[in-house]
Amino acid sequence: MSDSLFSRSVSRRKFLKSTAAAGAGLLAAPTILDVLLADRAYAALPAGLLDEQTMEKLLAIAMSRGGDYAEVFVEYNITNGVSLEENKIRQAEYGIDQGVGIRVLKGEQTGYAYSDELNFDKLKQAAEVASYIAGTAAAGTLPTYDVSPKKSPSMLKIQLDPNEVAVKEKIALLHRANDTARAADSRVTQVNTSFYDSHRMIQVATTDGILSDDRQSMVRLNVTAIVEEEGDRQTGYAGGGGRVGFEHFKDLTPEHCANEAVRLATTLLGAAEAPAGPQMVVLGNGWAGILLHEAIGHGLEADFNRKGTSLYSGRIGEKVASKNCTVIDEGNIVGRRGSIGCDDEGHDSQKNVLIENGILRRYMNDKLNSTLMGLESTGSGRRQSFRHYPMPRMTNTYMLAGEHDPQEIIASVEKGFYAKSFGGGQVDISNGNFVFQVTEGYLIENGKITRPVKGANLIGVGPKVLEKVDMVGTDLELDAGLGTCGKNGQSVPVGVGLPTCRISEVTVGGTDVQGSGGMG
Amino acid sequence: MDYEKFAMQIVEKARRAGADEADVYLSHGRESEVSIRMGEIEILKSAGSRGLGLRVFAGNRLGFAYTTDFTDAAIDEFVRRTLALSAETSVDEFNGLPQLDKGFSAPNLDLFDPKLAGIGTDWKIETAKKMEKAAMAYDKRITNSNGAGVYDGDGTTVLANSNGIVASYSSTYCYLVCQPVADDVEGKKQTNYWYTFKHFYDELEDPEEIAIIAAQRCVRQLGATKEKTRKCPVIFDPVVAAELIGAIAGAVDGDAVFKRSTYLVDKLGEKIAGDNITIVDDPVRVRGLSSQPFDDEGVPTYKKAIVDKGVLKTYLYDTYTANKVGTKTTGNGQRGFTSTPNIGTYNLYLEAGKHSREEIIKSVSDGFYVTQMMGFGLNMANGDYSRGASGLWIKDGELAYPVEEMTVASNMIDILKGIEMVGSDLDFRDGTNSPTIKITEMTVSGT
Repeated sequence: MSDSLFSRSVSRRKFLKSTAAAGAGLLAAPTILDVLLADRAYAALPAGLLDEQTMEKLLAIAMSRGGDYAEVFVEYNITNGVSLEENKIRQAEYGIDQGVGIRVLKGEQTGYAYSDELNFDKLKQAAEVASYIAGTAAAGTLPTYDVSPKKSPSMLKIQLDPNEVAVKEKIALLHRANDTARAADSRVTQVNTSFYDSHRMIQVATTDGILSDDRQSMVRLNVTAIVEEEGDRQTGYAGGGGRVGFEHFKDLTPEHCANEAVRLATTLLGAAEAPAGPQMVVLGNGWAGILLHEAIGHGLEADFNRKGTSLYSGRIGEKVASKNCTVIDEGNIVGRRGSIGCDDEGHDSQKNVLIENGILRRYMNDKLNSTLMGLESTGSGRRQSFRHYPMPRMTNTYMLAGEHDPQEIIASVEKGFYAKSFGGGQVDISNGNFVFQVTEGYLIENGKITRPVKGANLIGVGPKVLEKVDMVGTDLELDAGLGTCGKNGQSVPVGVGLPTCRISEVTVGGTDVQGSGGMG
Repeated sequence: MDYEKFAMQIVEKARRAGADEADVYLSHGRESEVSIRMGEIEILKSAGSRGLGLRVFAGNRLGFAYTTDFTDAAIDEFVRRTLALSAETSVDEFNGLPQLDKGFSAPNLDLFDPKLAGIGTDWKIETAKKMEKAAMAYDKRITNSNGAGVYDGDGTTVLANSNGIVASYSSTYCYLVCQPVADDVEGKKQTNYWYTFKHFYDELEDPEEIAIIAAQRCVRQLGATKEKTRKCPVIFDPVVAAELIGAIAGAVDGDAVFKRSTYLVDKLGEKIAGDNITIVDDPVRVRGLSSQPFDDEGVPTYKKAIVDKGVLKTYLYDTYTANKVGTKTTGNGQRGFTSTPNIGTYNLYLEAGKHSREEIIKSVSDGFYVTQMMGFGLNMANGDYSRGASGLWIKDGELAYPVEEMTVASNMIDILKGIEMVGSDLDFRDGTNSPTIKITEMTVSGT
């Protein structure tokens, strides 16, 4: 079983599924949002969201066969999108996905059912299906539950609500990016640009008495450029976003993204073969935090550790990385793609120090696993949608800055590999093997970045690689808002971050055997 | 609910709202999961769900929307907004529905098992327990489990368009999986899985045999080390070979070809592999796991060789991309209700060769037998390929010892030409399938 992080998808279908993006200028949608945000009396909300009494009734039905805990998860997700191909606005789209998931826990057991039809009979049926996990005998009288609304802090940094911004304005961004990319270099043959925003509104009522709600909006601008020269073809991608408003793209301009996509693609034209074998590697700052996500993040999710299937199981308090490594998962950074006001179990998101100066401090935990382990939830219970039960997941995972100037780190390497930009990564939790794809890499020779190389992967085993992090830069940066993490078939948005780091040895998976320095 | 009628009504509403053409793709179904772990029930999940996507063309402009809210009031608003969105997009003469022959009657591909809905939860629980128990009994080093599960369900796809086409088909599926965990050195573990996946309950493989294969795949990785970096022959077992064949499908996507963003552009009619390579896309295989009588635009599907004896015979198209290129759709338009069609394959496979698996392994004196791959290391634009790999090292024609934390790298053009042996062990256990293959040389990176 393995888990993965990717910055962009293989297919558009997958992308739509994973980012749940689409649709624009909904006239009625702002009304729904306005009601949600302005009025906490849930009964006033339109279809897609439930009132307090209904949720309490459903909790009672769900618990009627003797469960330990039940929860009602309500989701209403609006997605908007526009895309440009071959200088044309190919598509404008929107989508609505709504439904209710009901979960009952009994010991280690989970009963789960959901419905995308919101009439009470269907919801009642779902609650009954979920209830059976606890047994077949129904209680004579239904228990009663009283939930009280709790306000979670908003992680949105929005002035101009993307859901209310006219489609034309989004299209204007796409044209600006397209025009810039096509003008940037004569070798550009294709430019695809797209803009997606999604607005996920959730309510969670639990038998612990919680009633939380959160609006989790997200935007993203994507620019892909394809260049061709003498039969060599390369693709460059740039973009970004987060839980931010449309004004974000005054800073992260479409021109910037377009130039960056073209720069990446043209850099790779005529690039040398990547070296093969163990190398000293310097990771650039930002999206390279994918290293943490794969090398250690998944391995610290509590489900694997409760079950004893992670190689970090039972190792709290032990040294699992070099003393230069302090790794944090923080879900409550305003505006970040991986941030959430509350998790999908209604627990407020928080800052969790996972590794402190190399010592393992904490797993990321959800309701089920924290209860069974006798620990507190860390606000890490997340799910893709109401069709899925929650599990421990990451939010924004990053390493604290160190004391080295990034230039000093590069200068310290006599012969090595500089990995600046990345595609996706994947990890096997049980043996710790992880791999991630380098989309922009260079050779370092005598302390200087020299030739670009193409087609490399880095592969390692989590604790071994983190033990070899021997220099950490001052330049911590979080990624531009690109990550989607997959685990057990469920996708959730995440963030990663890293300062420039030196790793004394990692295996580089290139094709050039001669070029590798450290062959054993 | 009569979903065909419902879909047609939405098409009609779209027409009345101003669409020149419109189609509705609707899917509904149910799913069930029974998972057990360490002998106890872990998860019981059961639910039904549905959704629809509406595509409209007005003045050659495309608008698209999807929803899971099927209430009357919501649908009227939904149709109105989809039309409004179409006004925002560019005029594109290649937009439009496929020209379909109304006389087409969809073949019955035998994808629906009426018996499956009657399989009780008790059987599923017992079967999952039996699998886990068998896997754990196989080897004393298997001390833990990621569980065993039985997943099943059904789905119905309904397609209606403004040319008067309305059609639907249903299928069932059942999936048994077992995932044992074995103890390795220094707190490390090894895990693996095996499965059986069928439309029909009666076709499921024996659960205990599944469990034993899972256990074997798990324990054979115990004590894995790293091998030296070098160039050498690489054998892909059927699981990872199927991933490679899937990567070839992505490269013949007509949209990517049109955009010149695939390494197989300009190669139609050329010899891209040896005579031993024939890659087939067969949507109409009876009881095939990825069979479909018509594609997701309603176009009848048909069996075709993408690569025939090494020659690239066709690219794959949906209606829009075919219109752009000036050719006919190949019936490869695929989508879920949340998107417009993309190009995809059905039962895709590399035809079986004549060599037994043992014969292929025997032919290698020093090389890598890959059983698992990780990561996203394929550059579709130029074919550069580098992925994480684990498996077994071959010494003097024998599987000698396990290896991990390795990568294999090459370029897809070289890989295709370098497939020197194809196994006879093709098994249709998944949507995309391949027999064992041997590649003459790749760069293997380790120590």
